[in-house]
Amino acid sequence: MALRVLRRILVLVASLAVSSVVVFAFMAVLPGDPARVALGVNASPAAVAELRQQFGLDQPLAQQYLQWIGGLLRFDLGQSYVSQAQIAPQIADRLQVTLWLVITATILAIVMAVPMGTIMALRHRQLSGLALSAISQIGVAVPAFLAGILLITVFAVRLGWLPANGWTPPAQDPRMFVRQLVLPVLSLGLVQAAVLTRYVRSAVLDVLREDYLRTARAKGLRPLPALWRHGLRNAAVPVVTVLALQLATLLIGAVVVERVFVIPGLGSLLLDSVSNRDLIVVQDVVMILVLAVLLVNFLVDLLYLVIDPRMRDVR
Amino acid sequence: MSRPESPGYQPPTSEVPVGRGARRAVNPSLVVGAVIVGAVIAIALLSFVWMPHDPTLVDASKRLLPPGGDYWLGTDKFGRDVFSQILMGSRTTLFVGVVAVGVAAVIGVPLGILAAMAPRWFGEPLMRGNDLVLAFPALLLAIMFSAVYGGSTLVAMIAIGVASIPSFARLIRSGALQVMDTEYVMAARAAGRGPFAIAVHHVLPNVSSLVIVQASVSFAIAVLAEAALSFLGYGTPPPTPSWGRMLQESQELLWSAPRLAIVPAVAIAVAVLGFNLLGDGLRDYLDPKLEDRR
Repeated sequence: MALRVLRRILVLVASLAVSSVVVFAFMAVLPGDPARVALGVNASPAAVAELRQQFGLDQPLAQQYLQWIGGLLRFDLGQSYVSQAQIAPQIADRLQVTLWLVITATILAIVMAVPMGTIMALRHRQLSGLALSAISQIGVAVPAFLAGILLITVFAVRLGWLPANGWTPPAQDPRMFVRQLVLPVLSLGLVQAAVLTRYVRSAVLDVLREDYLRTARAKGLRPLPALWRHGLRNAAVPVVTVLALQLATLLIGAVVVERVFVIPGLGSLLLDSVSNRDLIVVQDVVMILVLAVLLVNFLVDLLYLVIDPRMRDVR
Repeated sequence: MSRPESPGYQPPTSEVPVGRGARRAVNPSLVVGAVIVGAVIAIALLSFVWMPHDPTLVDASKRLLPPGGDYWLGTDKFGRDVFSQILMGSRTTLFVGVVAVGVAAVIGVPLGILAAMAPRWFGEPLMRGNDLVLAFPALLLAIMFSAVYGGSTLVAMIAIGVASIPSFARLIRSGALQVMDTEYVMAARAAGRGPFAIAVHHVLPNVSSLVIVQASVSFAIAVLAEAALSFLGYGTPPPTPSWGRMLQESQELLWSAPRLAIVPAVAIAVAVLGFNLLGDGLRDYLDPKLEDRR
């Protein structure tokens, strides 16, 4: 068990190291001098040289990488080439906003998908089950940003129930915060729920065919209690896997949804930095996103050990 | 109290998953998916020979005309015909999808086969690296590419293609591993066939149905990613019509002309639905003996 956890940690560290090299190489080795890009084509060579020196861009690449990664480990993400502001506090602010979106959307998705998927599995040969399947199939085909635009046209434009966009910190005006959060969370959460529902359905269907469930039913348990007591844990493993795999999609979905709803999150920061050619910020944000994905995958690996005791013994 | 018949009491045969013979039957997903995909392709082909108007023609006197008359779906804020833009946009969508899926398959399939046939010390790290790319979704990769190279259709296609390589490689590897265990591969080895010949003559044909299914699913993802990229302004540059950019241009007009958002939104969703259904349907129809684990 301990050995297994240790191995997972090693894999996580190795993955982080490799992906940081990939992200760095991507931004550093590709053509274009970040200093020139940040200052524009009309900048004087002297100004470019000064900026290069200021940000250490004149040093060897290996040293630049070590400086960057060393900074990352100390939560110092460096300075923006364009605004010269410290990047770490900026990312921390933006990350809070994005986390609100992603976490509430995930909760919404789970709360909707688990019962819906279970119903779909229990009634997979009935019209109601098939109808739910069809709805979820359509939900999968709608990307989150598109759902956002459609939700705005209905609930903000037509009905006028909710604001179309904007962001208010919860501490400033909790009521407005919730009102503005509803539509973006729905756009992310509904799409996520549609994807997840299909996996819950197939996981529950698999469990329904198992002998132990037949035994539970044979000893007199009604379908739902039998599923609750014996099936849920077994169905949880594939569902949790999908949740983790979907996190990358959800985070990147949030990037686009933030643009739709004019929300100042990590996605907006990323897109603004791309437009401003502020490559160091792009590099930092991408690394944070990748870190989040790898970290969640790691936590899910550990979660397996909690959900499924059988996995503790496997080497 | 009498117990109603429950699944537990039924003869096992009725609970056994649908048999192979039944699976061979054409399923509704396959039909609906094929019809939708066929329609998208037909629309794209139609746009080469006929369009009601020039989709890029700006005409200030025809701004924001409602649907009807000469303009079936009305005009946008520049007076361009929305219907013609949808027709023309289908070309962009299919083009990006074909190239992205092509890139992913051409690299991902050999990679998967290689990982399955190579010795462990080589195959294992290869798949670890492959999994790492999964942490970079298509859209993130495309945004990174755009940050460096600027947004264009080519950059979008390559980025989406590269991001789709890992799912191909992973699936094909699991299929190829099962093929490598079969007796005919063992026989081929015993007969002195080299690894390359085995890969081409035995493994590839037997994983081809997996490739087809994955291509359809990846196509749907590519369509979504292209739409999102164009929506963000990193995809197809103007004036080439693209469904994603139509959406972006409609955003400021949501109050006055929501149809400008709804029309491309429906086009994107229907196309993605078509490729998803086609993928699901093909999976059941082709019944790959090599079950892929979900």
